[in-house]
Amino acid sequence: MTAIEFNNISKLYRLGLVGTGTLSHDLKRWWTMNIRGKEDPYLTIGETNDRSSKGDSDYVWALKDIDFKVEQGDVVGIIGKNGAGKSTLLKILSKVTAPTTGTIRARGRIGSLLEVGTGFHPEMTGRENIYMNGAILGMTKQEITKKLDEIVDFSGCERYIDTPVKRYSSGMMVRLGFAVAAHLDPEILVVDEVLAVGDAEFQKKAIGKMQDVSRGEGRTVLFVSHNMSAVRKLCRQGIVLKNGSIDFIGNVNGAVDYYIDSKASDTPLYMDFIGGDDSKEIEFLSVRFAEGRNTFSTNEPISFVFKVHAHRDIPNFRINTTIYSMDETAIGSVSNTETLGIKNGEEKEVLFSLNDHHLAAGKYTLAFSIGIGNHLTAQRDFDYISNVLSFSIENSDKDNRQESAISLWDSGWGHIIFKANLKYVKS
Amino acid sequence: MTQHNTTDSDWTTVIKPKERLLQIDFKELWRYRDLTSLFVRRNITTQYKQTILGPLWYIIQPAITVLMYMVVFSRIAGISTDGLPEPLFYLSGVCMWQYFSDCLSKTSSTFTANAGIFGKVYFPRLVVPVSNVLSNLLRFAIQLSLFLVVYAVYQLWVIPGQIHTNWYALLLPVLVLMLAGLALGFGILFSSLTTKYRDLQLMLDYFVRLWMYATPVVWPLSTITNTKLHLAMSLNPLTPIIEAFKYGFLGAGEFSWGGLAYSFVFTVVLLAIGIVLFNRVQRTFMDTV
Repeated sequence: MTAIEFNNISKLYRLGLVGTGTLSHDLKRWWTMNIRGKEDPYLTIGETNDRSSKGDSDYVWALKDIDFKVEQGDVVGIIGKNGAGKSTLLKILSKVTAPTTGTIRARGRIGSLLEVGTGFHPEMTGRENIYMNGAILGMTKQEITKKLDEIVDFSGCERYIDTPVKRYSSGMMVRLGFAVAAHLDPEILVVDEVLAVGDAEFQKKAIGKMQDVSRGEGRTVLFVSHNMSAVRKLCRQGIVLKNGSIDFIGNVNGAVDYYIDSKASDTPLYMDFIGGDDSKEIEFLSVRFAEGRNTFSTNEPISFVFKVHAHRDIPNFRINTTIYSMDETAIGSVSNTETLGIKNGEEKEVLFSLNDHHLAAGKYTLAFSIGIGNHLTAQRDFDYISNVLSFSIENSDKDNRQESAISLWDSGWGHIIFKANLKYVKS
Repeated sequence: MTQHNTTDSDWTTVIKPKERLLQIDFKELWRYRDLTSLFVRRNITTQYKQTILGPLWYIIQPAITVLMYMVVFSRIAGISTDGLPEPLFYLSGVCMWQYFSDCLSKTSSTFTANAGIFGKVYFPRLVVPVSNVLSNLLRFAIQLSLFLVVYAVYQLWVIPGQIHTNWYALLLPVLVLMLAGLALGFGILFSSLTTKYRDLQLMLDYFVRLWMYATPVVWPLSTITNTKLHLAMSLNPLTPIIEAFKYGFLGAGEFSWGGLAYSFVFTVVLLAIGIVLFNRVQRTFMDTV
């Protein structure tokens, strides 16, 4: 049975400073629509929602012709870049704002978990806020009283429950908020980015609760997140939004793979440098991915081709590479063990292969240096480039899914997959 | 588009861009009555948290205001108090006016003050202004008690038996209801308009202050002898209400059923317009606020 049906949902936003010129626009709109009986004059001039390119129109479609159905009991992950329209879609679904065109039909109560802790009043105690928060989310006093113990227990704030929440740590507030929201009993649950908060223990609890909600209780869940591993873990269906339209719809692994691919293809595959700096013994002229792509499976070798230019004779240079996670934490470094020689004035292409890297799924950036010596000896760098290339590792080597632990890799586990053996010790 | 075969009645929730003008879901509002009562409690309990005098402020404020009025309007300006003791006359006006203006200014900022919560979760927005009007009732009740105490003191000891209280005093609940309706009506009208045009918010404070002088709070309607001005002042929907209150409790003032009927019709029409506008704005105000 269909639980939710989106029919041609679109949402038009006005850009820029709302407040100047709106009166004249309002008057014009009112004139054409109500007096002349025509369509809204501003509806026709909206552009697609591409954040990075500047358009001429003051109006933009945050969502355009969204059309899909969700079956009852399905858990649908909605993914996409910032500004792709994910939150707008959920806002429309949870009735925070109305669509510009189209209709949504749903069976059952819709409960939203958009940013937890909404409506907490700092002067009121935890208990009072549970009632407040629950009522805002559409529960009655009776329902809350029935679940109060469970909520307090789940939040782990029992000791402070009669203390004003202004004395709470931000983590405690979030836990309390999530606890209330998680104990809502709507047939359709809308969740936006809540798992990013709280400590690891609480996140686990939250994911567990979400799984219970969707699997055990057969409720329909729409889940928006940037955490791909959480999406993979929780959802069965996936929708990729791009510039306000549906770009992909299908099962969750397909959607996540599609999204990672499209995201990685946005970053450049090669980079040229100006060069001509005589003070450097050797300099980089360009760097590119040898395979012509920057998405790799776990354990697939990653190779780069460098073009280098020497201003001296260097008999034994090396290239060192450091890999960073997207939050700029260094994950590890490598330099080739063999060295190469180059003559003054020569321009050469060098292939650098990174084999057996054990990197877990995720996105990484790179820094390169060229010099003598390596990271294990004394070293001197002649040229250094950083933050120019990035690549993604994904789990989707489809034939190799037997390593199921890896396909569910959680970014909280780190970035390197170690190999280990397990056997009985002879006694 | 292809869904002509299924009617809206198959579904429990239908979200559409535009709804009919007068579609107000009172059933839904009733379903959220617990939220209303929680909002009322929150408004009351949090107002004076971390103050020493607490709810005593409810009494201090009108008391000082009345003293001020006695000095300025009675002693300095020499405005008549309809033959009534000054404290009683001013207190009656202040009680009624204060309730109206508190409700109005609180309600008129409904959207702007609650943008954060409205932007995240849906509940009938009308819950907020309604709970404002309700929670101000407590304050009104306390101030009314102050008035009754002062009244008793005058009636029993100071000028025994000289205040002609009559049966019209029983109209009090109706008068309060009308005050609440007017405040709610003006408040939601303003709050709907302020989401787009913030000028109105700046205007409102000023406007409310001026409005008091156009209302028989510090002067009695009977002092106006100019018939045109008298008519103009009577057009203020608050005038018949406050005059009726003074007439009922203190036996002075101009009571007229016609005036009250006018105020009543005014209230109903205002509320209807306000609710329609509020209902329209609440659906998309997040995009403009």
